[in-house]
Amino acid sequence: MASLAELPRAAAAAAPAAGPLVPRVVRVERVHRETRDTVTLALRLPPGDPALEYRPGQFDMLGPLGTGEVPISVSGGAPAAGTVEHTVRDVGGVTRLLCGLRPGDELLLRGPYGTAWDAEDGVGGDVVLVAGGIGLAPLRPALLQVLAARDRYRNVVLLYGTRTPRDLLFSRELDRLRRRRDVVLEHTADYAEAGWRGRVGVVTDLVGRAPFDPGTTLALVCGPEVMMRLTATALVDRGVPASRVRVSLERAMLCGVGLCGHCQLGPLFVCTDGPVVSWDTAAPLLVIRER
Amino acid sequence: MSADRLEVLAADDFDVLVRALAEGGREVLGPVLRDGVIAIGPVESAADLPQGWTDEQERGTYRVQPRADAAWFGYAVGPQSWKSVLFPARALLWSGAKGGVGEHGVEVSAPDRSAAARPRALLGVRSCDLAAIGIQDRVLLGRPAVDADYAARRADVIVVAVTCGFPAGTCFCASMGTGPAPRTGYDLALTELLDGEHRFLVAAGSPRGAALLAALPTRVAEDADRVAGEQLVASSVARMGRWLDVGPVPAALRGALEHPRWDDVAARCLSCGSCTLVCPTCFCTAVEETTDLVGASAARTRVWDSCFTPGFSYIHGGAVRQTTRSRYRQWLTHKMSTWVDQFGTPGCVGCGRCITWCPVGIDLTEEVGALVGAHVDEPQRQDR
Ligand SMILES: Cc1cc2nc3c(=O)[nH]c(=O)nc-3n(C[C@H](O)[C@H](O)[C@H](O)COP(=O)(O)OP(=O)(O)OC[C@H]3O[C@@H](n4cnc5c(N)ncnc54)[C@H](O)[C@@H]3O)c2cc1C
Ligand code: SF4
Ligand code: SF4
Ligand code: FES
Repeated sequence: MASLAELPRAAAAAAPAAGPLVPRVVRVERVHRETRDTVTLALRLPPGDPALEYRPGQFDMLGPLGTGEVPISVSGGAPAAGTVEHTVRDVGGVTRLLCGLRPGDELLLRGPYGTAWDAEDGVGGDVVLVAGGIGLAPLRPALLQVLAARDRYRNVVLLYGTRTPRDLLFSRELDRLRRRRDVVLEHTADYAEAGWRGRVGVVTDLVGRAPFDPGTTLALVCGPEVMMRLTATALVDRGVPASRVRVSLERAMLCGVGLCGHCQLGPLFVCTDGPVVSWDTAAPLLVIRER
Repeated sequence: MSADRLEVLAADDFDVLVRALAEGGREVLGPVLRDGVIAIGPVESAADLPQGWTDEQERGTYRVQPRADAAWFGYAVGPQSWKSVLFPARALLWSGAKGGVGEHGVEVSAPDRSAAARPRALLGVRSCDLAAIGIQDRVLLGRPAVDADYAARRADVIVVAVTCGFPAGTCFCASMGTGPAPRTGYDLALTELLDGEHRFLVAAGSPRGAALLAALPTRVAEDADRVAGEQLVASSVARMGRWLDVGPVPAALRGALEHPRWDDVAARCLSCGSCTLVCPTCFCTAVEETTDLVGASAARTRVWDSCFTPGFSYIHGGAVRQTTRSRYRQWLTHKMSTWVDQFGTPGCVGCGRCITWCPVGIDLTEEVGALVGAHVDEPQRQDR
């Protein structure tokens, strides 16, 4: 450990005094209610803010003043116009406050953190996105990235599962996608409701029939852990190499930068080595219960 | 200790060193006898050191005892490590305020870190604890995100290490390659010699240490002094209470994640977290958020956390690690296996504190022995 002797003084002198855990104050520009429990917040960021430089799949730490902060993926935005979007599902203390924000309100933000989907690795082949519930939010910027260079990919497939037919995020955008002939969109709901004529069942069931060539496919999967496990397994069973299947892991995250230790999964700091990891990395870790 | 330029400082002249360290208002911290343990506190002269005291340690027990001789550093390690100075249990991350009730204009600012950054001298750092500081440096300073409070505290520290001549029954630094003699990362290294004249071998490990040494009333070490120092190290190794053949452990633990021994240790472990609090390398933290009654101002504080707490792995829907089995496994496999993947070194330096301070006497060297002795190759597949 010879190099350690020089580390402290050099690193300590070079470190910014504030440190990575001091958030910036940002303002809510627009609020769009997606479903009964989910809203999309468009946040106005000061010019040059690093969070405008996000890569699809990365997340920010968000929190109203004095209430803690939680990791929320970037779901889109117009960085050139100075805004980023986050789509938040109200499940508890902090997310409820986030969902209650109104235009003009201020909140605290740190980021962007973590690894990205790197959808461009799929250029020249098929791209399959599989989303469960709120999991569509982190995938949306990757989908938009692919659609912005549509001719560089072969088949583009989005498989989307929600609990009920009404839990659909980004519904207007999905309507437009459904009309496109160069995108395959399949939606299924876990539970049917009166009047629902669409598919019923879990999203994993869609993998078997979807039009893609396993040998050229890059698959991006986001949803609850069981859903990702079953989906990745189905993709691998169809012949997609595990290294070409990517999932976004959720673990407790208090810092987002590798310092607090909470997000560890085996050797990974999920906040910096993830959240997006390939299935050949994730599978052996998730196989151990309570790892 | 390096063989070049070894000097001898008479015990009677030790206070010259303490005064030199304190120059310019530098805070000198070292071992002091307090509340029945050898703790860390301000040292103004040799009289503040635990002269003539030692510590007896075994699993679940710690006791200070008078020594037959007058050694000043004749003990092993107390419950506190230097983590309490460089990475204290609480550190303010930022504070913020709203312009006024109901108004906009939130402002957030980083704390004034001048008190944290106060120049310090750490006197009497054991080689295990020196290695632990090196590991915390790697974790908290050696990656893109640097811990700002630790960086401030670490920026101006003089480290005076001391060879461990009287290891405790719980010590195993020799097998971890971290002791008993300090090797790197110090400014000055001392070896206390009690044969004949009470004196200290002194070696410099940095330009700063060399400058300090040059100003001390020392003489050049003779062969007899060197031999006495080498003998002390050899007898210390021979007396080391425990041993862990660490080489194969990281890989072996990777294949032992479903070993029945985890159930066995979980039946004894209280999940109290004492082991993580006394460990000099454990770095996990939580945050505490405080607000005034109207929510107009707020502050966030980093506090030590433990992977043994129920909430540590909490995500919406429940903790990932619900059972003591999984929490103990996380702790031990992190220390001895995944830490190597993350930082290129184990997260254990063999100080033995977790063995001494475990209320039920769980001994990680024994657990590792049981786990890697007969390991289960195929992890049982999770039920679908
Ligand atoms: C990388 C990543 C990306 C995510 N992206 C999104 C997204 O785009 N949209 C979305 O709606 N949700 C997302 N989540 C999940 C979201 O972070 C949790 O729903 C949220 O933390 C729950 O907090 P809460 O206070 O509302 O819930 P509660 O269940 O009331 O949680 C109470 C407290 O537990 C702690 N806690 C709970 N979950 C976590 C966690 N994952 N990390 C750290 N602390 C936690 C917090 O201190 C929290 O305040 C993401 C999670 C991760 C790890
Ligand atoms: S794990 Fe135990 S023996 Fe190892 S450094 Fe931590 S407290 Fe010391
Ligand atoms: S091993 Fe001992 S000290 Fe550590 S949590 Fe279990 S009972 Fe507490
Ligand atoms: S979230 Fe803190 S280490 Fe990953």
